Amino acid sequence: MYAFLARRLLSTIPVLLIVSVLVFLMLRLTPGDPAAVLAGDAATTEQIAKIRTGLGLDRSIPEQFAIWFGNVLTGDLGESFYYKTKVTTLIGQRLEPTLSLAVVTIVIAVLVAVPLGVLAAWRFGGWLDRCLMGFSVLGFSIPVFVLAYLLIWLVSIKLGWLPVQGYQRLGDGAGLWLRHLTLPAITLSIIYIALIARVTRASVLETLGEDYIRTARAKGLPESTVLMRHALTNAAVPIVTVIGIGIALLIGGVVVTESVYAIPGLGRLTVDAVLARDFPTIQGVILLFSFVYVAINLMVDLSYVFFDPRIRY
Amino acid sequence: MAADKPISTADEQALFAALSVESAAIVPQQSAWQRVRRNLSVRIGGIALALLVLIALLAPWLGTVDPSLFDPASRDLLPGKQGAITTLEGDSLKHTFVMGSDSFGRDIYSRVIYGTQVSLIVGICTALVALTFGIVLGLCSGFLRWLDGPLMRVMDGVMAIPAILIAIALVAMWRGSLLTVVVAIAIPEIPRVTRLVRSLVLTIREEPYVEAAISLGTPTWKIMLRHILPNCVAPLVVQGTFICASGILVEAILSFLGVGLPPDIPTWGNVMAEGRAQFNEYPHNIFFPGIFLAITVLAVNMLGDGLRDTLDPKMAKRV
Repeated sequence: MYAFLARRLLSTIPVLLIVSVLVFLMLRLTPGDPAAVLAGDAATTEQIAKIRTGLGLDRSIPEQFAIWFGNVLTGDLGESFYYKTKVTTLIGQRLEPTLSLAVVTIVIAVLVAVPLGVLAAWRFGGWLDRCLMGFSVLGFSIPVFVLAYLLIWLVSIKLGWLPVQGYQRLGDGAGLWLRHLTLPAITLSIIYIALIARVTRASVLETLGEDYIRTARAKGLPESTVLMRHALTNAAVPIVTVIGIGIALLIGGVVVTESVYAIPGLGRLTVDAVLARDFPTIQGVILLFSFVYVAINLMVDLSYVFFDPRIRY
Repeated sequence: MAADKPISTADEQALFAALSVESAAIVPQQSAWQRVRRNLSVRIGGIALALLVLIALLAPWLGTVDPSLFDPASRDLLPGKQGAITTLEGDSLKHTFVMGSDSFGRDIYSRVIYGTQVSLIVGICTALVALTFGIVLGLCSGFLRWLDGPLMRVMDGVMAIPAILIAIALVAMWRGSLLTVVVAIAIPEIPRVTRLVRSLVLTIREEPYVEAAISLGTPTWKIMLRHILPNCVAPLVVQGTFICASGILVEAILSFLGVGLPPDIPTWGNVMAEGRAQFNEYPHNIFFPGIFLAITVLAVNMLGDGLRDTLDPKMAKRV
């Protein structure tokens, strides 16, 4: 077990290293002088020269990478060109809205998708099953921002039930916080529900064909116990896996959703940084998102032991 | 020797032939093409997509005006309103704004119809670019063992970065044009194609006919093109369809966020970005291109689902 843990942890190091190299090289792929690009269109020659020495661009590329990566390892992502503050400070300020949105989205998605998937598998071929399969194709196809505007128009403008845009900190009251998060989280959870429900359905469908399900039914166990205890528990591994994989989807969705709903989170920071061509911030945010993605999938791998006691690493 | 083998090779072959004839008699063998054509998902998606291609090709003759034309007098018209539009020569034309007009006085209907061209081109080109690079890298990875390890590690790295962030960052650095947008959207898709081709190569190269070709001294490139690649066609077509759908979607997202194609190019994302500021009063500026976008992506996805179910049953089982 501990040997596996160590091996799995070590295996993420090359991936993270390669991600760092790629993120670093992205800037070098830019045609022209990186210093001029970084300085912006209105920069003077002295400013460009200052940036060049500041970044150590006169050194060789491997040397530059070593310096940059050394800084990253000590938690220094550089200074934003646009906001003139440390990128880590910026990320810290924007962390709460994004984290709130992500957590509420995942909670909604799991609470809706898993029961739907189980029921669809239980009544395989029935109306719920067909509706769910149709909905999941639809869920993959409706663009997040179109759905966002549709919901804003219907729920906020026409019905006036929820605020149109904005974000309230959790510290200012949980009710207000949740009211502002409900619509963005529902928007973002649709594609996630489509994905999780589909996998839950397929996975539960497979376990329902097993002998122990027949045994459980023969024992006269209530159908709900058969479904939840016997079928769903044994179908958990693929479901947890897809939740992990879906985090990439979620991160992409966060960028768009935060822009539409004017939530001052990391996604909004990414777009603002891109529009301002603020490269240190772009690099920092991409690096953070990628590391989070790798870390979550690591946790998913480790959670298999919890869901399937047969798995002994 | 004959005693060791109760059934000779010839007998085996005869038995095999008899079996296959029998099974053919029971279940009429359908060609892949027939199965594809009978699939409901393929039919619906295919017809919708064919209509969209027609719209894109016939855009100038569908009652549209030049999508870049504007008239300050016809700003912010509601759908169905009459108004004027000024041509490049300075003539004022009477024009019915079927889908209304934007805050510059441009005809949204014309911009949405012309936007079909851009979306389809971006989707198809993205799929082609991702498939081309993915096939080359996948074949190299599957055949050149020394390259396999390092290449796949790099692909793992690319896959660990959320696709949309790669696209956004690359377009931001290269500045938006049709080529850069297509390449930026295609790059994060390449690892998936590479992995698919690599796994297919590793399976197919163990097949007897490939071993036979190798032992006959067929050059590697010929084995790749003649024996491996034809067997990859079905899964790659399926994969390509899904890349096309996500390409159309990501292009719209990039344009919507203001980091995609330049705002004067009529794309659905650009029309929606333009309509953002006045969404409360004129929601149709976002809804009309949004409906077109959703229908297009849905059509391509349905086509892909149907193709996967009929051409690649193994993949269908994996959800």
